[in-house]
Amino acid sequence: MITQITFYLFATILVLCAGMVVSARNPVHAVLFLILGFFNAAGLFLIAGAEFLAMILVIVYVGAVAVLFLFVVMMLDVNFNQLREGLQRYAPVGAAIGVALLAELIFTVGRLKLVPGVQEPTLPGPQISNTEALGRLIYTDYVLLFQACGLVLLVAMIGAIVLTLRDRPSARRQNISLQHARLPADTMEMMQLEVGAGTDALGGFIRPRDGYGATAEPIDARALPARRSDEKLGA
Amino acid sequence: MENGLAAVGIGPFLSVGAILLVLGVFGIFLNRKNIIVMMMSIELILLSANLNLVAFSAAHGELSGQVFTLFSLTVAAAEAAIGLAIVTVYFRNRGSIQVEDVTLMKG
Repeated sequence: MITQITFYLFATILVLCAGMVVSARNPVHAVLFLILGFFNAAGLFLIAGAEFLAMILVIVYVGAVAVLFLFVVMMLDVNFNQLREGLQRYAPVGAAIGVALLAELIFTVGRLKLVPGVQEPTLPGPQISNTEALGRLIYTDYVLLFQACGLVLLVAMIGAIVLTLRDRPSARRQNISLQHARLPADTMEMMQLEVGAGTDALGGFIRPRDGYGATAEPIDARALPARRSDEKLGA
Repeated sequence: MENGLAAVGIGPFLSVGAILLVLGVFGIFLNRKNIIVMMMSIELILLSANLNLVAFSAAHGELSGQVFTLFSLTVAAAEAAIGLAIVTVYFRNRGSIQVEDVTLMKG
């Protein structure tokens, strides 16, 4: 009885949240309703006995995906009122398609009959938790698919970085060869200082004089190692 | 563990999944101009699919459905990351995310 009450509570809030997601005027509110909906879906997963997936749903969806949505919605400076202009025009089409889809689904689900005993139950007894059973399956039967999932995530990560990375011409990047080719003469100037006078008054400089890429002599890449070895020998 | 599903029955689970799917499809048509809300609707559709997979997994006493749900969660997360990256790049280049303006590749 308590299970049914919990189920219908979660299901009602989930459906209401989904309705608010698609109809909210403010996209930030839509994302927040999406987060609440994910929490309730995790509750439904718990009722169905999928504890690990419920926790994954909370961690991955609420912790990563929904926050990503929130971040993008708040970062983009978009006039969202302008985006809602054609709402009345599209609503009848969407409603018609939605009703047709719902009718088909009701027709299908109404005729659904579960055939018991098609497969030997692999669900473990109460002595082993859902997480452990899932782990035993993932790391044995589905290990290749599991690795493929890791590849999908890797490609997604690289793709997102490559897409959003931009080269700014004004960015100061580290130039390793220039750093290695620097000589003391490039950055340091020995001066005789009068007592009581600063370097500024004597025409000294605050380094670097010629910008950050300056070197005393032009860099020849082939000559670089030889010169460095000469210095080492001389020292 | 499966007592929850046995007490509720699989019908209500599938009904919730169906309603979520319909709401997601409706949301895609309703928010034709806002790509971000469209992507949230796609997340709702994927969630409904996951709900169905978990419900059938519990009903059959078979864990493969939950494994598949894990994989579909992975793909959904990757899809959201790539999609939002594309939206960000598009907004940076064009200054708007109007879906109807995305006609650069129209022949």
